Amino acid sequence: MMFTQRHFLGIEGLSRQELLFLLKTAESFREISERDVKKVPALRGKTIFNLFYESSTRTRSSFEIAAKRLSADAINISASTSSVNKGETLLDTARNLCAMRPAAIVIRHPASGAPHLLAQLDKCPVINAGDGTHEHPTQALLDVMTIREHIGEVEGKTIAIVGDILHSRVARSDVLALTTLGANVRLVGPPTLLPPEFRLWGVEVHTDLRSGLADADVIMMLRLQRERQARNFFPSLDEYARRFCLTTQALAEAKPGVIILHPGPMNRGVEIDSRVADGRYSVILEQVTNGVAARMAVLYLLTTQERVAAQNYSDQSDRLDRPDRPAEHLPATVQEIPPVLPKRAVGQ
Amino acid sequence: MKAPLDFQGGFFLRIMRRRAERIVLDQAAVRRALTRIAHEILERNQGVNQLALVGIHTRGVDLSRRLAENIEIVEGVRPQCGEIDITLYRDDVGRTRTQPEVRSTSIPFAVDALRIVLVDDVLYTGRTVRAAMDALVDFGRPTSIQLAVLVDRGHRELPIRPDYVGKNIPTSHEEHVYVRLVEHDGCEQVVIERGVERGML
Repeated sequence: MMFTQRHFLGIEGLSRQELLFLLKTAESFREISERDVKKVPALRGKTIFNLFYESSTRTRSSFEIAAKRLSADAINISASTSSVNKGETLLDTARNLCAMRPAAIVIRHPASGAPHLLAQLDKCPVINAGDGTHEHPTQALLDVMTIREHIGEVEGKTIAIVGDILHSRVARSDVLALTTLGANVRLVGPPTLLPPEFRLWGVEVHTDLRSGLADADVIMMLRLQRERQARNFFPSLDEYARRFCLTTQALAEAKPGVIILHPGPMNRGVEIDSRVADGRYSVILEQVTNGVAARMAVLYLLTTQERVAAQNYSDQSDRLDRPDRPAEHLPATVQEIPPVLPKRAVGQ
Repeated sequence: MKAPLDFQGGFFLRIMRRRAERIVLDQAAVRRALTRIAHEILERNQGVNQLALVGIHTRGVDLSRRLAENIEIVEGVRPQCGEIDITLYRDDVGRTRTQPEVRSTSIPFAVDALRIVLVDDVLYTGRTVRAAMDALVDFGRPTSIQLAVLVDRGHRELPIRPDYVGKNIPTSHEEHVYVRLVEHDGCEQVVIERGVERGML
């Protein structure tokens, strides 16, 4: 099995096999962060840009740490301190960054589809770290990793995703990943934040917290995205909290041994009660730990297949002739590639 | 017309393949080699004190477990066992046709002040062992690192030599050495395959 996608733009379109391969690779990376020396030399000499047009603590530091633990050089660029302030377009910024020959660009952007636009430049692998209300694929990977760690394979398990589904890119990626892997997914939230069209994904839709949580193996709480509530989707935060906050009372009726996830940042007292967030069923901080491994896996799989892709062309010269291909994606000299690759079994 | 030709081709190839493969160690020979290596490890290290075995994925891990069992039979104490995946330490990351799968590394003990025996199935260029040593020293500073292999087929490209060898098998670059173990392959043998299929095709 090989991961042959050039970019990592979303969970959408990934096959079950590809997802399982990604998860397996990510699970292998988990151990590196438990070592004394948390570094492996796999991506030595490679540069990763973290281009963040939205504020982020977890995802950005997670990608940065993932790159550094693989020995890549990570450069963080946030919109607030960059030429974006001077009016540079996204594509111009990307073209300029690509001219510095990175191995990959990680992008978070408030507009859905921004990473796809960058991917069309096709200068280097693009990794979606969250685009608008579309997808946040690495979050889905780390969520599924965390679930698998606790309850095993997700196939046949019931997972309730609760909260602001409408604005949540996390929910989209999670639903796609979980349904691809055969889980039963329930979406729970107020009708304004959970339009019935979501049924088209093949999921159950609940507008009552109690019925939504009944017999669920996993509860994933979502952040109420207060910055996207301009259109008054509910009367007040208090009322939202009364109906959809995961409190100890709501949890008391849930399945014993249920685990609780939250992608962060949490609005304590709005969608999740502090006693639940810090309680024994919460695996929220484990999600963060797994996030580093998931991102290491994505960075590793995308940046080490460059030459693999180049060698899939039978004639090396036509690759060199392509001016749109940055030179570093090719071996320094053509001689570096033996005419017939040595056919050694792995492990010898 | 097409079907008989295909059949003949397949039949012919099967014969070629069978002829091209030669068994160099059978089940009993593998067992004896591992028993001897276990004794040699114990002799060299004067027991299992401060000793640990680390197998290199995939078949090195199986071999290290068997060596540990053999040592336990002789000494009554089972040495600690770890497993190591060298994918992230390879010197050819991104240069090979296939993207090697990253498997789990698990060293459930502190390697500091231990004598570590690395275990692999086949020693060839020495690059895998180089990578494994790099990986191992990331976990600490062992007293010494020794190397046990079931087969040494020669053609070293790095200054690496094994401490314990099941069998030295002179080979040419065109040949492939396959170690088959019951855990993975359902049979127990070491075979040399001549790289003739490519030429025949």
